[in-house]
Amino acid sequence: MVFSKKPFEYLFVVLVAFFSLTSNANSTNTIEVTKKGNTVENNSEMKVLSKDEKKDEERKEFIQHHLLDSHDFHIFSYGKNAEHNVGFPLPVILWDNGLHVFSSSKFEHGEKVAEDGGNYYKISHHDGKIYKTDSNGKITENTKGKIQNEKPLDFSITKSFFMIFIVSVLMFLLFAGLGKSYKKNGSIAKGVGRFFEPIIIYIRDEIAIPNIGEAHYRKYMSFLLTIFFFIWFSNIFGLTPLGVNITGNLAITGALALMTYFITTFTAKKYYWKHIFWMPGVPVLMKFVLAPIELLGTIIKPFSLMIRLYANMLAGHVVLMSLIALMYKADSVVGSPLAFLLSFVLTLLEVLVALLQAYIFTMLAALYFGAASEEHHHEEAH
Amino acid sequence: MEIPRIVGAGLVVIGAGIGIGRIGGSAMDAIARQPEATGKIQTAMLIAAALIEGIGFAAIFAS
Amino acid sequence: MEELFGHISLGLFILQTILFIALIFLLKKFAWKPILDAVNEREQGIKDALKSAENAKKEMQNLKSDNEKLLADARAERDAMLKEAREIKEKMINDAKAEATAAGEKMIEQAKAAIESEKNAAMADLKMQVSSLSLEIAEKVLRDELSNKDSQTKLVEKMVDDAKLN
Repeated sequence: MVFSKKPFEYLFVVLVAFFSLTSNANSTNTIEVTKKGNTVENNSEMKVLSKDEKKDEERKEFIQHHLLDSHDFHIFSYGKNAEHNVGFPLPVILWDNGLHVFSSSKFEHGEKVAEDGGNYYKISHHDGKIYKTDSNGKITENTKGKIQNEKPLDFSITKSFFMIFIVSVLMFLLFAGLGKSYKKNGSIAKGVGRFFEPIIIYIRDEIAIPNIGEAHYRKYMSFLLTIFFFIWFSNIFGLTPLGVNITGNLAITGALALMTYFITTFTAKKYYWKHIFWMPGVPVLMKFVLAPIELLGTIIKPFSLMIRLYANMLAGHVVLMSLIALMYKADSVVGSPLAFLLSFVLTLLEVLVALLQAYIFTMLAALYFGAASEEHHHEEAH
Repeated sequence: MEIPRIVGAGLVVIGAGIGIGRIGGSAMDAIARQPEATGKIQTAMLIAAALIEGIGFAAIFAS
Repeated sequence: MEELFGHISLGLFILQTILFIALIFLLKKFAWKPILDAVNEREQGIKDALKSAENAKKEMQNLKSDNEKLLADARAERDAMLKEAREIKEKMINDAKAEATAAGEKMIEQAKAAIESEKNAAMADLKMQVSSLSLEIAEKVLRDELSNKDSQTKLVEKMVDDAKLN
C-alpha cells in the first residue's frame, strides 16, 4: 500500500473525515419530528412515540436521507430545532412539457410546494424525488406505498450530479496536467504523477493486457482508466464528510454498467457472437439451449456490475452511519467509544473497499472486453 | 409472504458467504504452495469472490 | 426489487452518461494519450538502450575473441618459426659436420695418394740412382775385369738380370 509510508498522516485524515461524519449524525438528534410526517402517517394507526422511539426514527430517516440523492447540498444543521442549515441550494431543471428551471431553495428543504410556469412540484420525503402536484402539494400513494403522482423528467443538478461534475473536473485537471507535465519534463512524471503513473501502468499491465490481449487493449484503455479513477474518486468522495453517496446510486452505476455493455456489444468480433448463438463444441441440441442462456448472460454481466458497485457502497454507508448512530443511541461511557472504535475501523475498511470496488469493476469490464475482442479459437477451453 | 423471502435471501447470503470463504481459503492454500504466483491468485480470487458477491446482493435486493 | 429500480432517476442517468462519455473523450485527448505515449516511449527507450548495451557487449566479446585469435595465431607463427630455425640450425650443423668429415677424408686420401706417389717417385729415383751407381761401380769393376771379352759379356748379362729381378 502506498499509504503505509505515512500512516499517521493518513490516519489523521481519516480521523478528521470521521469526526465530521459524527457531527453530521449529531444533527439528527435535534431535527424536529414533524419533518418525517409522511412516513409516520402511512402507518395508519398513529402510534404515540416515546422520546427514544422518536430519536430512533430520526436516525433511521437521516440515514435514509443520506443514502438518497437530494436537490440541495446540505452539509449540516445546527440550532435547537436544526433551523440553521449549512449548505447551498442547487438548480432544479425539469422537463415537463417545456423546460422548467428554478432554484431548489423554492422547496425550502422539501417543506414547501414550488411553483414554476403554472405547474406545482413537491419533493417526496419518501424517495427524495420531485413530483408534480396540485397547489396544496398533495402526494397520493396507493396501498403499496407507490406514489401515484406524475413524475417530470428530472435533469436537475442534484447533489450527486454536482459531485460527479466535481469529480470529473478534478480528474480532468489532474490528468490533463499530468499529461502536459510529461511533455515538459521529457517523458518523466513529476509531483503527483509519481503516485498516479504506477497505477496507470498497473491498469495497463495487470488489467488490460492480460485480459484483453496485446493486440486489442489499446482502444479500451481510455475507458478502463477513466472508469477506474472515476469510481475510485467517487468512492473516496463518498467517505468524506460531504455526505454524498455517488456510487451508491443506481442511476450512476447503471450508466457506467450500460456503457460497459454497449462497448462490449459494439466492439464484439465474430467469434464472440458465434460463441453466444452457436456454441462450438457442444451437441446441436445443446446449442439451442445454450443460446438464450448465453444471450441472457450478456445482460446479466453488466447488470451484476451495476448491482455490485451500488450494493457495496450502499452497504458500506449504511453500516458506517448505523454505527455512528449507535454512538448516540448507546449514550454511555462504554458503548459510545466502542461504537466509535468500530466505525473508525470500518471507515478504514471502507477506504480499502473503495479501491477494491474500482479495481473489480475495471477488472471485470476488461474481462468482458477481452471476451468480446477475442479472435482466435481456444479449442481446449470448450 | 414476507418471512419466506427474507429467509430465502438469508440462505443465499449464507451460501455466498461459504462460497467466498472457500475461495479465500483455497487462495490462501494456493499462495502458501506457490508464493511467487501471489498476484495472479489474488486477481483470480477477487474476480471469483466478486461474482459470488453479486449473487448475494441480487438475493438481498430480490427479497 | 421494484422499489429499488423505482429509485433510479432517469435524468441523473442520462446526465451521468453524457458527462462520462465527454469525460472519456476529453481525458483520452488530454491525458491518457500523452501519458501512455510518454510511458511507451520511455519503455521503448529503455528497451532500445538495453538492446544497444547488449549489442555493445557482444561486439566487445567479438573483439576480444578476435584479439585472442590473433594472439594465438601470432604465437603459433612464432613457434613455427622457432621450430624451423632450430631445424635449420641443426641441419646446418649436420651439413657442416658431414662436409668437414668429407673434406678431411678427402685430404687424408690425397695425402695418402701423394705419399704413395712420392714414395713411388722416390723409389724410381732410388732405382735410377742405384742403377747409375751400380753402373759406375760396374764400370769401375769392369774396367778391371774386362780384360777378356767373354767374361765381360757374361758379367753384363748377369748384372742386367739381377737388376731386373729387383
